[in-house]
Amino acid sequence: MTTLLKVNNLVKKFGGLTAVSDVSMQINSDELIALIGPNGAGKTTLFNMLTGVISPSSGTITFDQEGKKISLNHKKAYQIAELGLARTFQNIRLFKDMTVLDNVLVAMTNQYKEGFLQAVLRFPKFYQTEDVIVKKARNLLAIFDLDKDMHKRACNLPYGLQRRLEIVRGLAMSPKILFLDEPAAGMNPEETAALAKLIRKIQKQFHITVVLIEHDMSLVMNLVERIYVLDQGTLLAEGTPKEIKQNKTVIKAYLGEEG
Amino acid sequence: MIILKANLKYNVCWFIVMAAAFYLVNILVMVGIIDSFIENMLVTIWINVILATGLNLIIGFAGQFSLGHAGFMAIGAYAAAIITQQVDTVGGFYLSLVVGVIIAIIAAVIVGIPTLRLKGDYLAIATMGAAEIIRIIINNLKITNGPAGMFNIPQFATWPFVYITMCVTTIVVVNFINSRGGRIIMSVRDDEIAAESMGINTTRWKLAAFVLGAATAAIAGGLHASYLQTIAPNDFGIMESISILIIVVLGGVGSITGSVVAAVVLGVLDTILQDFGTLRMVIYAVALILIMVFKPSGLLGTWEFSIRRLFASLKRRKV
Ligand SMILES: Nc1ncnc2c1ncn2[C@@H]1O[C@H](COP(=O)(O)OP(=O)(O)OP(=O)(O)O)[C@@H](O)[C@H]1O
Ligand SMILES: [Mg+2]
Repeated sequence: MTTLLKVNNLVKKFGGLTAVSDVSMQINSDELIALIGPNGAGKTTLFNMLTGVISPSSGTITFDQEGKKISLNHKKAYQIAELGLARTFQNIRLFKDMTVLDNVLVAMTNQYKEGFLQAVLRFPKFYQTEDVIVKKARNLLAIFDLDKDMHKRACNLPYGLQRRLEIVRGLAMSPKILFLDEPAAGMNPEETAALAKLIRKIQKQFHITVVLIEHDMSLVMNLVERIYVLDQGTLLAEGTPKEIKQNKTVIKAYLGEEG
Repeated sequence: MIILKANLKYNVCWFIVMAAAFYLVNILVMVGIIDSFIENMLVTIWINVILATGLNLIIGFAGQFSLGHAGFMAIGAYAAAIITQQVDTVGGFYLSLVVGVIIAIIAAVIVGIPTLRLKGDYLAIATMGAAEIIRIIINNLKITNGPAGMFNIPQFATWPFVYITMCVTTIVVVNFINSRGGRIIMSVRDDEIAAESMGINTTRWKLAAFVLGAATAAIAGGLHASYLQTIAPNDFGIMESISILIIVVLGGVGSITGSVVAAVVLGVLDTILQDFGTLRMVIYAVALILIMVFKPSGLLGTWEFSIRRLFASLKRRKV
């Protein structure tokens, strides 16, 4: 087990509001972690900083690429994505007018090459390349039972499937770390349970690290190996589900108020 | 191998359609049904197809609003006029098209880099301004003969040449859209933040689409100058940019098929209504308003004609 991502004293201020304050954490290879906390705790803001959507006010984010330490602080979102950090969005961000298949193919952009002339003049190589990546995309969609909807427009999918497609898209990037921002939001208990199983399955199958934000405590407790608890921008606790369950501050600040 | 064969079938079909249209026009010209008047209409339509598909690539597929398409057209037109008047050969004409495309690309990069980095419709204002600057420069240069324009430009762009060029540029644009690059620009159009998070350098790809559209406009300009043999700066003003935009909007933003259909419909309408003068403009305005009210997405929305789908549905009907 190696450390993939090291976060030190991360702070994000929006004007007078400190959304994330002095957060340090460590994300290792091949693990399934949850980030929990009440509404407005700063979970999404933390994800946004780790994936380069917004830049931190202070603190450092360091990514370990096979022993090489790379600072993500001043990297653009697309560069961070290229390093192997993929994500989904809390308020679904699909390419809504594109097909389900094309959504996945876009995520695979950096895994294949097509020269301009090759594509425009339709060299045989073009068809071969397309065939290979479409097959790969279809296999990923099949894991999430989305292959039959492959040619539908993304915006025509039911809500639950849209969330699933976002995960497939993240997975299609062949990431080292996959960040899932409330993947089960809006799903019923059965759907949530099925999704939890799938998340565990892909984490094992693809040997990736998954970090997920989730409100449903029961789901998290039985699913993940480690939990970070965030409250009002600060890190309250870190530990195994068992440790978190017994942690007094957490019970008071977070579990307590939900009963 | 199977994939190659299947795709070859569709590509051969397209080729046959294009060749058949070519020979049809050829025969009609020979028997005299297509006179110089109708030929003029056809060539204008074909040039408009090039302009509209290029602009649709920028607006409908990359989601960037450009209002200066005529500026890039002007660059191509004047490159063709100036160079072929000096080098009065077919080679000179080809060279002039290449030079026009290169200058248009440079202009597009200069306008695109600062504006496409920003989110929002800054490109519309910048391109409108740039097109106007290009027009004013042409208006004041000696080599372009100022506001009077240029005459007696050698005619190398015959109707077959314009037709073939239109086919080639349309194939290039359509194939680009249906490839990695096309998927990337559409993803940027649909959600820039998500595209960026998928590892896409969004600025670079917006610029790529913009530059490709500008390059096709320069080719169209070159054809325009060489076919009509006279050009003037005022041919490439904001009204021309808007006419191209109207074709795109009417046909459907995001439908290349729509752009082709709208270019044909408007081109024919334009010829029929030529004697009506101002009434013509009223009819256009009314048509545009009707479309805006009843079908804001344009005649065809984002629908595309596809031989593959046609075959598939024919097969289904048979079974
Ligand atoms: N772009 C922004 N500008 C200003 N304030 C922001 C911005 N983004 C987030 N905030 C604020 O930062 C705080 C943390 O927000 P964040 O979205 O990170 O919370 P969260 O833990 O993801 O909550 P939720 O569970 O509701 O998704 C909130 O008070 C929010 O209003
Ligand atoms: Mg959130």
